[in-house]
Amino acid sequence: MITVVLPPHLRSLAHVQGDVTLEVARPVTLEAVLDTLEERYPMLRGTIRDHVTKQRRPFLRFFACEQDLSHEAPDLPLPDAVVSGREPFFIIGAIAGGSGREV
Amino acid sequence: MSKVRVLVGTRKGAFILSADGKREKWDVSGPHFSGWEIYHLKGSPVDPNRIFASQSSGWFGQIIQRSDDGGKTWFQPGTPKGETSSPEDRMPKGESNKFVYDTSASSGKPLTTHQWYDGTQHPWEFKRVWHVEPSLTDPDLIYAGVEDAAIFRSQDGGMNWHELAGLRGHGTGPKWQPGAGGMCLHTILLDPSNPARMVIAISAAGAFRTDDGGNSWKPINRGLRSQFIPDPVAEVGHCVHHVAMHPSRPSVLFMQKHWDVMRSDDAGEQWKEVSGNLPTDFGFVIDVHAHQPETVYVIPIKSDSEHFVHDGKLRVYRSRTGGNEWEPLTKGLPQANCYVNVLRDAMAVDSMDQCGIYFGTTGGQVYGSADGGDSWFPIVRDLPAVLSVEVQSLP
Repeated sequence: MITVVLPPHLRSLAHVQGDVTLEVARPVTLEAVLDTLEERYPMLRGTIRDHVTKQRRPFLRFFACEQDLSHEAPDLPLPDAVVSGREPFFIIGAIAGGSGREV
Repeated sequence: MSKVRVLVGTRKGAFILSADGKREKWDVSGPHFSGWEIYHLKGSPVDPNRIFASQSSGWFGQIIQRSDDGGKTWFQPGTPKGETSSPEDRMPKGESNKFVYDTSASSGKPLTTHQWYDGTQHPWEFKRVWHVEPSLTDPDLIYAGVEDAAIFRSQDGGMNWHELAGLRGHGTGPKWQPGAGGMCLHTILLDPSNPARMVIAISAAGAFRTDDGGNSWKPINRGLRSQFIPDPVAEVGHCVHHVAMHPSRPSVLFMQKHWDVMRSDDAGEQWKEVSGNLPTDFGFVIDVHAHQPETVYVIPIKSDSEHFVHDGKLRVYRSRTGGNEWEPLTKGLPQANCYVNVLRDAMAVDSMDQCGIYFGTTGGQVYGSADGGDSWFPIVRDLPAVLSVEVQSLP
């Protein structure tokens, strides 16, 4: 089982508390984890990746095992520690993200 | 009518303020969608318990929420209430969040560029929904005005959204540019006497009208004058902040432009300035009394570089003559050391016998008046910055 740590806003949107655990088909890649997450929680579609291009939203980042995976290829196999469930996969809201615009 | 429900969108969630017809004692519920920006909420005129909300975040994008019980519970259209996953044969969830510009050969228009702040061209990119406008006759039909400017329509209660691409494809897009808040379509007016007619407004492109249900659009900016564009009377490029109409006279439009309060008596074909004796004619909100189509309300803001009320005094200005002659309304409003702004969608009127007026400030206050503006009272004082205010008059 893969453990995914979501930011608080996405937890509330998905109606979950705490971490999410997912059964992900092998090979466990970045893309496979996100596909499985969106399949299980379809209301998250578009909130992590663009609906059409599947590109990561600009103010989100992906971390695991103290590595920044945000800019890695979607078919990157995740570290063994994530695949085995010993370490979580983090989806993080970038600290500098958001909008400070006047409406 | 015996109840009113004020729907308040803020920087950090939505709030619902409810009172009986006297509008003296208020119940406050919320925050709904705590921590999210709620640019706008609006109820269906056909089914007032059906309320749509635009929930967004710079991090996580756009979410559309719907309530079918007057705001007690919410769900994303297409998602069965209370469920986090749906059976295989149900509508795929997450579709209601999907706003994709229509570039198809059959009904769409190619994605082009618009003018950026520095005059260079910039690609069209979806950011968020600024305004939701439910149909006057069909509870499943709803329009959404978005940034970067375009209008979308849902015909299934908000589950699926399709762009009315004729507007973005008007051909003048390269001359549209973002205002300080982004290039947003913020006003959608539905003509109660003509279902094929709509008026929209974009900062900073101007006002547009369709007379064929949204297939084709024409700019309606003749008479507007804007010094920040090379040709001050250009066909497009004007920073229109808001437009209001009285339902009994849909051809009469009132506009708060970046600077200037304007009026049209022919559905936007020609505008004339009615700023008259206002202390400043910069502002964002404008609205019309529910029973007096010539009574108009604005809240003057000092300037485009100082987005707060003039002289430290929060004053609503009322014209009973359709413009030009304005009187300040101050009773119950702070008249010293007040430096709030009132944003473009943050004023609304109810349709009680004694017309109620409501507005919200960037300081988090929501003020109401139960006597057409003669006197005001704070309903709440300490919400997050208010982005939008709508009101429903309920039986």
